[in-house]
Amino acid sequence: MISLDSKVPSGSVPEKWTNFKKKQLLINPANKRKYTVIVVGTGLAGASASASLAELGYNVQTFCFHDSPRRAHSIAAQGGINAAKNYRNDGDSVWRLFYDTIKGGDFRAREANVHRLAEVSVNIIDQCVAQGVPFAREYGGLLDTRSFGGAQLQRTFYCRGQTGQQLLLGAYQALARQIAYGNVKMFPRTEMLDLVVVDGRAKGIVVRNLVTGQVSSHAADAVVLATGGYGNVYYLSTNAIGCNVTATYRAYKRGAAFANPCYTQIHPTCIPVSGDHQSKLTLMSESLRNDGRVWVPKNRADINKHPSEIPETDRDYYLERKYPSFGNLAPRDISSRAAKEACDDGRGVGPGGRGVYLDFGTAIGRLGKAKIAERYGNLFDMYQRITGENGYERPMRIYPAIHYTMGGLWVNYELMSNVPGLFVIGEANFSDHGANRLGASALMQGLADGYFVLPYTLTHWLADQKPGTLPTNHTEFLKAEAETTERLKKLLNAKGKKTAAEYHRESGKILWEKVGMARTKASCEEAIAQLRQLQLEFHHNLAVTGTGEGLNTALERANRVWDFLEFGQLLARDALDREESCGGHFREEHQYPDGEAKRDDERYSHVAAWTYNGPDATPTRNVEQLTWDAVKPSVRSYK
Amino acid sequence: MKFTLHIWRQPGPEARGQMMTYRIDGITGDMSFLEMIDVLNERLIKDGIEPVAFDHDCREGICGSCSMMINGLAHGPERGATTCQLHMRSFRDGDEIYIEPWRAKAFPVLRDLVVDRSAFDRIVQSGGYVNVNTGGAPDGNSLPIPKADADKAMDAAQCIGCGACAAACPNASAMLFVAAKVGHLGSMPQGQAEQSARVRTMIATHDREGFGHCTNIGECEAACPKEISTEFIAGLNRDYIASAVKSAVKGEARGGF
Repeated sequence: MISLDSKVPSGSVPEKWTNFKKKQLLINPANKRKYTVIVVGTGLAGASASASLAELGYNVQTFCFHDSPRRAHSIAAQGGINAAKNYRNDGDSVWRLFYDTIKGGDFRAREANVHRLAEVSVNIIDQCVAQGVPFAREYGGLLDTRSFGGAQLQRTFYCRGQTGQQLLLGAYQALARQIAYGNVKMFPRTEMLDLVVVDGRAKGIVVRNLVTGQVSSHAADAVVLATGGYGNVYYLSTNAIGCNVTATYRAYKRGAAFANPCYTQIHPTCIPVSGDHQSKLTLMSESLRNDGRVWVPKNRADINKHPSEIPETDRDYYLERKYPSFGNLAPRDISSRAAKEACDDGRGVGPGGRGVYLDFGTAIGRLGKAKIAERYGNLFDMYQRITGENGYERPMRIYPAIHYTMGGLWVNYELMSNVPGLFVIGEANFSDHGANRLGASALMQGLADGYFVLPYTLTHWLADQKPGTLPTNHTEFLKAEAETTERLKKLLNAKGKKTAAEYHRESGKILWEKVGMARTKASCEEAIAQLRQLQLEFHHNLAVTGTGEGLNTALERANRVWDFLEFGQLLARDALDREESCGGHFREEHQYPDGEAKRDDERYSHVAAWTYNGPDATPTRNVEQLTWDAVKPSVRSYK
Repeated sequence: MKFTLHIWRQPGPEARGQMMTYRIDGITGDMSFLEMIDVLNERLIKDGIEPVAFDHDCREGICGSCSMMINGLAHGPERGATTCQLHMRSFRDGDEIYIEPWRAKAFPVLRDLVVDRSAFDRIVQSGGYVNVNTGGAPDGNSLPIPKADADKAMDAAQCIGCGACAAACPNASAMLFVAAKVGHLGSMPQGQAEQSARVRTMIATHDREGFGHCTNIGECEAACPKEISTEFIAGLNRDYIASAVKSAVKGEARGGF
């Protein structure tokens, strides 16, 4: 067991961040130049951190595997970003945003971190406005907000349906400015393949240039990972194709603890899978549930009928039936599980029987088609483009899909992992969302970490370190480089019959079925055994073409899938050992008679952070106990 | 469905490329264009042939990675859609499909359908931002912006930086890309202070990167997956002339601050 010191500052929860800043160590501007910081990833967290650190005067090197830092998957977020501005005079406050986020996370997040997040949320909006982010405005010219994800307040700021894009472009432009000034050296199309740890401290990374194939090392005083989530371990998810676990998983193998990997979020309103060829799932904004009614046929015999041939009396509006007070607006995890139950019961619709209807018939009857088109027109267009069906005339088909991962590398209050010098921000860390994330909170967290937390906490840590990087011909660098090259060679020498994509599809299916929306002891154990088997097969039956020199997409894919196969086992193990249901983690053994999730605060009010013990050894489950000073955990009920 | 694909294959930046022909079947109308290429690539890997390299990521039309000329059209026949949002039901069974990389001198081919679009990053680096540091920003509501201006800014800001405008333009001009950024920032008061310098520095970089001049042909607007209007180019020209006159009067160096 390692000791996980959260380093939470003293004082009451609302005072902690202020107290931290009071005691924070500083570095004078001339000396900041002597420190080199590596940032991996250019999503909201990585781009905002790179820009902000460079503005302070650090020497920043930023890496991304895309062709441009503007493409990270933060760009796809549609809905909005929360902030406790209380512009609406509707009773919002930092405290309320803090409480909603803690409760939404089913009381499995660290209070101090979440309160800080709520505090800096207001600065994010100001910062983005100053950068020229075109937020939606009211006729008076002030910022518009809307409600989101079941909140009782209108605290979500947005840019049409492209909030993530606009916030990312704001951060990207701030980064571009620092690149132009020579304060950031940008390495696009460069993928991090290993972390270099010297005497227990993070000292650099090993990367592969994806165009030339060259493997090289970069040294730094601190390494910041902003490499996103691991949703693609399930193969099909709403994540971009390139999203992967490699950077964080390699850091785990070098000693960093991986916290709560079993906390995965499943989004209820995605377009269902249409066949085996499918490469990704597309999310449609949750706002559709404001006017759409979810149903499946009551009788299995009706599933192949045209929905208009099924009379009202033969339709089961199961959300309205089970959760009369929240109805179709029940939270994400609850609606998702209800859809699965209906389909498991053989009443799912569409190809493969994995879909439920989202019907706008009633709303169109009440408001007219024009009104619905005004509200959701772009979503109906998107649905039609993908499925070829007209959602106005025939109910849409939806099904849940993996959307976000709350787990990630363990970090203390200062966002540093248990490996000194390794910082982790954004979706890649575990810290703020507990077991379930609320809508419009991911953008908030990424930017909070990058703009307003890391610049303080990293400076505080660096102030205690002597500046100066190691030469990249240091033995540990050479060793890590050699191991990476060896690993790539092993993949290239594989002359088997199955492609990496096939292994990915197969392993993802195992995880989705056994450690997806509902989990049991047996299903988790089966998943571990089957993934282990698949991993062994992968090493002798994989097919990879081409060479290590030059752009080789088959090699890149195989390398990422290798990590997914191993990481999937860790995820399943975490789900197995967390014998309770909370947020996105639902263990069938732990539920109330009415099917609601049953949390076990006695035994599991803690963070589980796993450390690596070698390729064939069981990892160690380390525990950070959560303390409740500001709020009292209560049962979530949506009936 | 069955298709005959003619695809540009080029092993590396310096290597000679050529069109290669592949026949493919078992394709369904629900597949996106990229999923169709995934199917081809799986087969190629099994046959020991290197897969067709292409840029792609989000597959929902927003990241701007995908970039293919399909039958001579940037992003293919569907209007207002990226390649990843194009579905095979837009084609007829048995069609021959020609697939090439973006065509523009400023976008050199790296491999097969993958091109180097870093020129776009350099254009943004030369002024496509507001000069503010993190921290110290005034309250978001201290600066009211008329809704119409904010909407106009958003119309331009939607640009995904895919490069279809330059690929579609007979002059390989990326003026729509530049105009979208200049139009976004220039429509809002935050961007006004630097607008005059911005328009000249960004255009200077655009020209230096080897993009051609805009002669108002309008292919860019037709190809743009976000349907950004060429009206922004007209606005760009107005800003440019005003800026050039101002700098001539003041004696500023062309393209300088």
